Amino acid sequence: MAESGQFLIDGKPTPFRAGQTIMQAAAEAGHYIPHLCYRPEFPPHGSCKLCSVKANGRFTSACFEPVTEGMKVESETDEIQGYRKRVVQMLFAEGNHYCAFCEKSGNCQLQAVAYHLGMEDTHYAHQYPQRKLDASHPDAMIDHDRCILCELCVRASRDLDRKEVFGVAGRGLQARLVVNSPSGLLGDSNFALTDAAAHVCPVGAILPKRQAFTTPIGMRRYDKHDIGEESSLTPIADKGE
Amino acid sequence: MASPLGQSVTLHDIAARHLHARHRLLQMLREVQASRSYVPEEAIQFFAHVLNLPIAHVRGCVEFYSFLHTTPRGQFDVYFSDSVTDRMAGSEIVAKRLADRLGVTLGQPRADGRVTVSMTSCTGHCEQAPAGLANGRVFTRMTEARIEKMASLIEHGVPVSEWPAEWFHVDDGIRERGITLETFIPPGEAIRTALARGLPATLDEVERSGLQGRGGAGFPVGRKWRGAYETKGAHYITCNADEGEPGTFKDRVLLAKYADELFEGMTIAGLLVGAKKGYVYMRGEYEYMMEGLQTVLEERRAAGLLGENICESGLDFDLRIHLGAGAYVCGEQSALLESLEGKRGIPRVRPPSAVKIGLFGQSTINNNVESFVQAAQIAWKGAEWFSDHGETKSRGTKLLSIAGDCQRPGIYELPLGITVREVLARCGGENAKAVQVGGPAGTCVGRDEFDRRVSYADLATGGSIMVFNDLRDMVDVARQFAHFFAHESCGFCTPCRVGTQMLKHYADKIADGQGTQRDLEQVKSIGEFVKGYSHCGLGETAPNTLLDTIKRFPEEYTSRLLAEADFVPDFDLDASVTESRALTGRQDQLDQVHSD
Ligand SMILES: Cc1cc2nc3c(=O)[nH]c(=O)nc-3n(C[C@H](O)[C@H](O)[C@H](O)COP(=O)(O)O)c2cc1C
Ligand code: SF4
Ligand code: SF4
Ligand code: FES
Ligand code: FES
Repeated sequence: MAESGQFLIDGKPTPFRAGQTIMQAAAEAGHYIPHLCYRPEFPPHGSCKLCSVKANGRFTSACFEPVTEGMKVESETDEIQGYRKRVVQMLFAEGNHYCAFCEKSGNCQLQAVAYHLGMEDTHYAHQYPQRKLDASHPDAMIDHDRCILCELCVRASRDLDRKEVFGVAGRGLQARLVVNSPSGLLGDSNFALTDAAAHVCPVGAILPKRQAFTTPIGMRRYDKHDIGEESSLTPIADKGE
Repeated sequence: MASPLGQSVTLHDIAARHLHARHRLLQMLREVQASRSYVPEEAIQFFAHVLNLPIAHVRGCVEFYSFLHTTPRGQFDVYFSDSVTDRMAGSEIVAKRLADRLGVTLGQPRADGRVTVSMTSCTGHCEQAPAGLANGRVFTRMTEARIEKMASLIEHGVPVSEWPAEWFHVDDGIRERGITLETFIPPGEAIRTALARGLPATLDEVERSGLQGRGGAGFPVGRKWRGAYETKGAHYITCNADEGEPGTFKDRVLLAKYADELFEGMTIAGLLVGAKKGYVYMRGEYEYMMEGLQTVLEERRAAGLLGENICESGLDFDLRIHLGAGAYVCGEQSALLESLEGKRGIPRVRPPSAVKIGLFGQSTINNNVESFVQAAQIAWKGAEWFSDHGETKSRGTKLLSIAGDCQRPGIYELPLGITVREVLARCGGENAKAVQVGGPAGTCVGRDEFDRRVSYADLATGGSIMVFNDLRDMVDVARQFAHFFAHESCGFCTPCRVGTQMLKHYADKIADGQGTQRDLEQVKSIGEFVKGYSHCGLGETAPNTLLDTIKRFPEEYTSRLLAEADFVPDFDLDASVTESRALTGRQDQLDQVHSD
């Protein structure tokens, strides 16, 4: 296979290196593809489906699909942006997201991507799940209401912290984030605020305690710029709050 | 609470019997469930400890599978199949009758711990419906009279093993035999023929036969085998005996009566690629066939057809059977591999394909039961024996499992390319107004399409054919399928996890006469979205029947829609404040909100 080549994103010739995914090659060329469950530190997961594109006419996930020479990728078409909006609307309808009084507002990627896509309502029947808050840990809490099951915390704890603090249990709508401790509570696990897993949650599900409003609303990350202006390759340390 | 299955087996025994192998976690959990009626917290912690797995992993697994429970079930745990054709045969009626007689709510154990009565996804005995499971044993042809007797046996604590044997009688259900069902291979003969011809030449033979995967997708078997043959490193062979697609029950008869042919096919594949080990992943509902299958395996080991130096070839290969625990998604190839590794059945990211990176990270050939049986027969009889049947793009014969509104439900082996009309003539289903080919994930066709063909080029099926006559309500059929997918979605990807719930919501709303044109449009647009955007074949096919029936039976939908003016919101304010009204005792006028 050639070491590098060219493919097209929305008609624009874009270079790639052999072995790169659409997401990686696009990000390197400064082209934003919306995503929630992808971060460059981890192998692609492919669950949120926000990054879906059409590659040579077929839907696939940009975060895991390898680029091929001359591949025609459609990303910012009306059809695909419309579908992306649906993904975000479904995530809002599935959990309990009250942005107005959420600590993460302004730093939340779900909220930011909703703005980016021009989402004005959640469109779907809300599920209003009943999920418990876990405030057992001295330094952090888990608000399961906002978890979008991206499994970034699972991967960060497993691959970077080497702790395996998190996992997912259940099936379908019952799928839920679980903590690896006898009681199932974060406070009984060996989780620490210094873990990478404490800083990867794209939404307000895993939050450090007592830092709620250190940065006032209006001066937060996505208050200042659109998420689409950020590179997908921003490492963890710079991407958190 | 006494367990009918002997609680004396300790967790230590279970772990030891499975050699403390992590990938056998699901097998261990199944045994805990069977002996204790649930998987207690102490068992979760025990296995996490002795297998050195995160507690979250073990808990995750328990909560994934429908037949594993974290709270006690009844001493008698009875399930009835809720597949649409089982319902047509009265499964829900008999289930409710039993629940009434025993004073239990469906799905909840009785307070004294005696019994639980629940519904479960298709159990694979549709032509002998209503079918179900009592403490894991399959019963068929349940009647209201038998229910009376069953209730009394349960009240008196009579173990299931002492219930009338005829309740557990399973017919093989064969109605029409073709080349496959007529070909019994004397044990070892196909292997010897393959070795004599040469294994690469046998691969050529399988390729030339045109055999396509019998699980439904139709991928050429020879091409898959060649891919693995050309991949370096260790290999595994896995057989998909999950048979989870509602209305499919043809692998059942192959497992029961053609086990030698199946094992022969897996062994030939194993010898070809140099695999040392193979697994049959069989759905938990078929546990009653385990003993028979183990006996065949033992006989084959004794005859030198499994184990070391098979047929003096100098090659080794052996097989194990693993049981599923109630999860349709585990029929999806990569989810099956995850489940075989003792994990939740979440479909993997592709690429790489299983042929490159499959079970335990090694190159894997995974085929359906029927595919292996036919491959063995081809190895023995040659490519033409098979390819002389069927049509150009779909060679050979296929087992079809037919149920629903027809006089002769059962298993038919027919040449591919046969029309729906011809199939209906054979099974006595001429009065059909609709035929569901390929199960809920397949295609629903109406009368004007009965000249379409059952083949990989037109109407593909893993075997399921469901027949519906004029009295059936297709909106209700589609609604039931929507419930099935919402229940079976693995929950990994957003479109399928949330989308199947939305489809269920709107299908219910419309079927209940509360829907408007807007809701119908919602179903269509969510359906297209879920099909295009889902991670695996489950989501990609989940909306099929809703979309098909809207297109083919529009009047059944429109006739029950409300006029737009009577718009019913998704959110019922009145209902949602009932609880707080009851708590506060407020009944004042201002508090009353009317959504109608
Ligand atoms: C949700 C889902 C369920 C499936 N269930 C089964 C099944 O029960 N049995 C089966 O053989 N194939 C099933 N398949 C197809 C398998 O993924 C795979 O294609 C098949 O096992 C390959 O074997 P074959 O080529 O011999 O058919 C299923 C696929 C999906 C997406
Ligand atoms: S996590 Fe994000 S989307 Fe959810 S409520 Fe908070 S700000 Fe809103
Ligand atoms: S807690 Fe946050 S990081 Fe973890 S799965 Fe949920 S949304 Fe993702
Ligand atoms: S970013 Fe690709 S699926 Fe989530
Ligand atoms: S939940 Fe299984 S593919 Fe989406």
